Amino acid sequence: MPREDVEDLELELLLEALYRHYGYDFREYARASIKRRMWRRMMEEGLATLSGLQERVLHDPACMERLLLDLSINVTSMFRDPTFYRAVRDKIVPLLRTYPFIRIWNPGCSTGEETYSLAILLREEGLESRARIYATDINAAVLQQAKEGIFPLDRMQEFTHNYLRYGGRCSFSDYYKVYGDRARFDPSLLEHAVFAQHNLVSDASFNEFNLIVCRNVMIYFDRALQDKVHDLFYRSLVRSGVLALGHKESIRFTSHADAYEELDRQEKLYRRVL
Amino acid sequence: MVVGGSWGGLDALGQLVALLEEGCSLALAVALHRAADSPEGAMVSYLQSRCPLPVAEAEDKDAIQPGRVYLAPADYHLLVEPGRFALSIDAPVHHSRPSIDVLFETAADAYEEASGAVILTGANDDGCRGIRHMKRRGGVTMVQDPCTAVRREMPDAAIATGAVDKVLPLDQIAAVLNGLGRA
Repeated sequence: MPREDVEDLELELLLEALYRHYGYDFREYARASIKRRMWRRMMEEGLATLSGLQERVLHDPACMERLLLDLSINVTSMFRDPTFYRAVRDKIVPLLRTYPFIRIWNPGCSTGEETYSLAILLREEGLESRARIYATDINAAVLQQAKEGIFPLDRMQEFTHNYLRYGGRCSFSDYYKVYGDRARFDPSLLEHAVFAQHNLVSDASFNEFNLIVCRNVMIYFDRALQDKVHDLFYRSLVRSGVLALGHKESIRFTSHADAYEELDRQEKLYRRVL
Repeated sequence: MVVGGSWGGLDALGQLVALLEEGCSLALAVALHRAADSPEGAMVSYLQSRCPLPVAEAEDKDAIQPGRVYLAPADYHLLVEPGRFALSIDAPVHHSRPSIDVLFETAADAYEEASGAVILTGANDDGCRGIRHMKRRGGVTMVQDPCTAVRREMPDAAIATGAVDKVLPLDQIAAVLNGLGRA
């Protein structure tokens, strides 16, 4: 058996073990990226094979925590794709204004960059007090980090640059305070946000939302799992609710494609019409 | 077939794709280092104006079709799976997203001896791991002749891995690609 086939087998067994022992189901994640993430964890643990990683992760829950962190951290920035936030402001905010109460779901929020961006946008548009953002992630550790709102100071330049390109109405530095080499975001931004653990793979719909912002999360899933999650989103959106995806994602090939109209082709904003 | 470039890479890539034959059956996936906020579409239209094959930025889970050129989108890694592309926003590798190593390694895993890699001009050593991995998996590895490159650091670093099959100027790389695309 060639070596690479053994590796594929090891990966499958590892994913099966994680599911059977811990209940975390990564079996339908896109293979190329999950393999890279598993390899990175394997190297950092000083192990030579994925079978070695399987043994450690089964017998050492702390190793599972570390692996879960690897699998749930996305390296993104506040106001990533400024044109997207501008489209939300120009095209979605007028829709949201028509609701007395606004529920927004931000699944796969990771360390919260997107959640804070949305909170700032809502505050500047005067919608904060009647909006609630439900920010969810599979991993409790990243949720805790998101809640604390502490980011390395050297990232502020990039965040500010994005915010300016978005056309923010205030000064970005008003939203955080500097402590040494860290920046802590104004906790009042989260007064209307709820952080909760939720697994897109296995958990059910838990509310009805006017807007779901799920950008660059499903790129880690294979097509079958994407389809399941799209079904979950469809059932979680109110009629005429909006689904926002990443620039390189699409609902074109999903089973609910016909239930949406395209609000903005470039920014991947879709409104549920059926 | 995967292509990576950095400093001067867009110009080199423009020259390379201009020499591809209409009807070339290769699928070409390209990772060029560029700014995270470089405008979408500008690179596509620049290359499309020179290239006889359709050029597009890869979208998540796009099926890989022969006779097309796919570009890694700015600020994403482009990964190859059997039959389709995948994207990720994992941390930059060697300060780069897209990373040439990520594209090359995943292409080598997915297509083994049916894969191939080309390193163009650049001023860093991204692509070295990918070239080595490609060689181990049996893919063909080529590098732009450093004497013809705007910046020779990246070609030099790739050659220093000892895993490079051919060192050629752009027109001859294009000739090899056209040959493979006719087979």
